[in-house]
Amino acid sequence: MAVTLLLDIALGHLRRRRRQTLVSVLGVALGVGFFVGVTALMRGFQQYFIAQVIDVSPHIVIKDDYRAARPQPATLRWPAGAVAVSGVKPRDEPRGIRNARAKLAELEAMGLAVAPTLQGQVILRYGTRDVPVSLYGIEPERERQVTNVERDLVAGTLDDLRSTANALIVGVGVAERLGARRGDTITAVAPSGVSMSMKITGLLRSGITAIDNGQGYALLKTVQVLQGRSNVVNQIRIRLADIAAAEPLARQIEARFLYRTESWEETNRNILGLFVVQNAIMYSIVGAILLVAAFGIYNIVSTVVYEKTRDIAILRSIGFGRGEIQAVFVIEGVVVGILGGLAGAVVGYALIELLGQVRFENVGGIMSGRDGFILAREVWPYLVGALFALIAAAVAALVPARRAARLNPVDIIRGAA
Amino acid sequence: MLEAVDVRRVLPGPPPVTLVDAVSFAIDRGEFVAVTGPSGSGKSSLLYLLGLLDRPTSGMVRVDGIDTSGLDGAALDRLRLERLGFVFQFHFLLPEFTALENVLIPIRRLGRLDDRAARHRGAGLLADLNVAEAADKYPGQLSGGMRQRVAIARALANDPAIVLADEPTGNLDTANGRAVFDVFERLTAVDGRTVVVVTHDIDLAARTHRRLHLVDGRIVRDQPVRASAA
Ligand SMILES: Nc1ncnc2c1ncn2[C@@H]1O[C@H](COP(=O)(O)OP(=O)(O)OP(=O)(O)O)[C@@H](O)[C@H]1O
Ligand SMILES: [Mg+2]
Repeated sequence: MAVTLLLDIALGHLRRRRRQTLVSVLGVALGVGFFVGVTALMRGFQQYFIAQVIDVSPHIVIKDDYRAARPQPATLRWPAGAVAVSGVKPRDEPRGIRNARAKLAELEAMGLAVAPTLQGQVILRYGTRDVPVSLYGIEPERERQVTNVERDLVAGTLDDLRSTANALIVGVGVAERLGARRGDTITAVAPSGVSMSMKITGLLRSGITAIDNGQGYALLKTVQVLQGRSNVVNQIRIRLADIAAAEPLARQIEARFLYRTESWEETNRNILGLFVVQNAIMYSIVGAILLVAAFGIYNIVSTVVYEKTRDIAILRSIGFGRGEIQAVFVIEGVVVGILGGLAGAVVGYALIELLGQVRFENVGGIMSGRDGFILAREVWPYLVGALFALIAAAVAALVPARRAARLNPVDIIRGAA
Repeated sequence: MLEAVDVRRVLPGPPPVTLVDAVSFAIDRGEFVAVTGPSGSGKSSLLYLLGLLDRPTSGMVRVDGIDTSGLDGAALDRLRLERLGFVFQFHFLLPEFTALENVLIPIRRLGRLDDRAARHRGAGLLADLNVAEAADKYPGQLSGGMRQRVAIARALANDPAIVLADEPTGNLDTANGRAVFDVFERLTAVDGRTVVVVTHDIDLAARTHRRLHLVDGRIVRDQPVRASAA
């Protein structure tokens, strides 16, 4: 059966209502366009943010504590017995990952990039100023494979940690608060009271405030001495080629070593959760626009059905079935949907270009060094937006189209005669 | 060719309205039949039943030898498309399409002819009805008489065995009314089609072969028309 005939009839109807058709198409176009633009904006920012976070931090961190109390001797002895041990008080044992070297070797054998770290709080003192920092004891060669700290150094290199005695790299914010510059010698004080003179050999600017204002890096051995914890490692940090594998691998490692193992997703869960809320809000708005567009389509198709009842009766008397009458009006909605989708792609593209032109003052924080929006230019939002428009259009048209199909030609002809 | 057997159509009330009451007749191939009767006597209702646009409450309509009482909607649509042609009082052309395109709609819907053959047939029908010059005009640009001829051409598009017309001349002047009946005469006498036409016009009714007179939904007279009656 000639679909082109139904299409011709549908197009004939739309041509008669050119203005209303245009308004409906624009409604859909706006919905699709905003969807495309908003998606580029949101995903651009979120991808940038995640990239920043993932770039400077490891993908998986094994820590020296446990999520749950370890199996107790009683339950180990009688695994099937009716013995339950709860409320176990954590044992007062020296903190740190035991047999860290063996574990490092095991992880490396799995083909992972790993780095041992001793992380702890210290106070940096310069003159009368005290700044608390989270000090990471690292091995430069391995750290390089695990984080991009080195790339974010604005002064000095990681190798300085080896070539200079008691070398220290701090975030630019830390240096600023201390009032110290590269080359200055400052005092680091451990919680135990032990202090050590350290020389600032490098400055770090990651764009992430928490890092720039609160972190420092020194050689693992040096930090172990400062903290009085020789040979202790309390974090093993891992970097992966595929960040999507982080969470399952973290679970696997935790099951193996029992130590709490966090993927980057878990560490940043609050922020990722915020993204989910942010996305939900934005897409609700876009959804509302599409809903309005769908009402526009419903409206035009309803009007045409109302106006064209006589034509419906003619077509039925010629031998068109209910299904074909319904198809004519669904096609009208779909045509508006397709035109709207195409126009929406143009609107979306233009919106992205426009957003790309927007410049604003450096706002600092994660956005430091950027003076415009970060836009993700991807193809799929166009396709998804157009698909949504098409579905919305078809559904919106279906309601009046079904009404048209149910009309009784005899009633119409009687009414017209 | 076209047969009604005890056909009754009652609109469910309340109160129930009987449109067509126990109507029986058989019309042969090539017969030209007028349905007459006072206003509200059920002439249009009967035509809708014969044209399969409506279904009888009881009784049976047989079209081209086919008992339609057991058929589903799609089968009735098919019969209308292939074997029946409708002409209404008002021209009922689709305003978005030219005269030729209107005639092509049933042909395209049936899909038996390719584009060229369909256009050829459509143009031929318009020529037969003396409206060849209207082919590329829109209904709004045509006179009432021309529109009705285009509508007849469309009714004939798929070469139906039966043509049903409900007061086709009701909106036309005498000359145009005569011309429409000339066409119907030719359809029956030359093409051998069956034509059933509802009309109030006694002069025109006299040109048919047979007259069914309805009163209150019942056939009160079913008699041949003598040629001398005109
Ligand atoms: N839906 C309906 N509800 C109530 N009464 C109806 C309905 N449809 C038709 N009727 C009545 O049924 C009767 C038959 O109507 P029909 O149109 O068949 O008559 P008709 O002979 O064609 O009249 P006319 O010469 O005026 O065209 C009329 O009295 C009409 O008012
Ligand atoms: Mg009538």
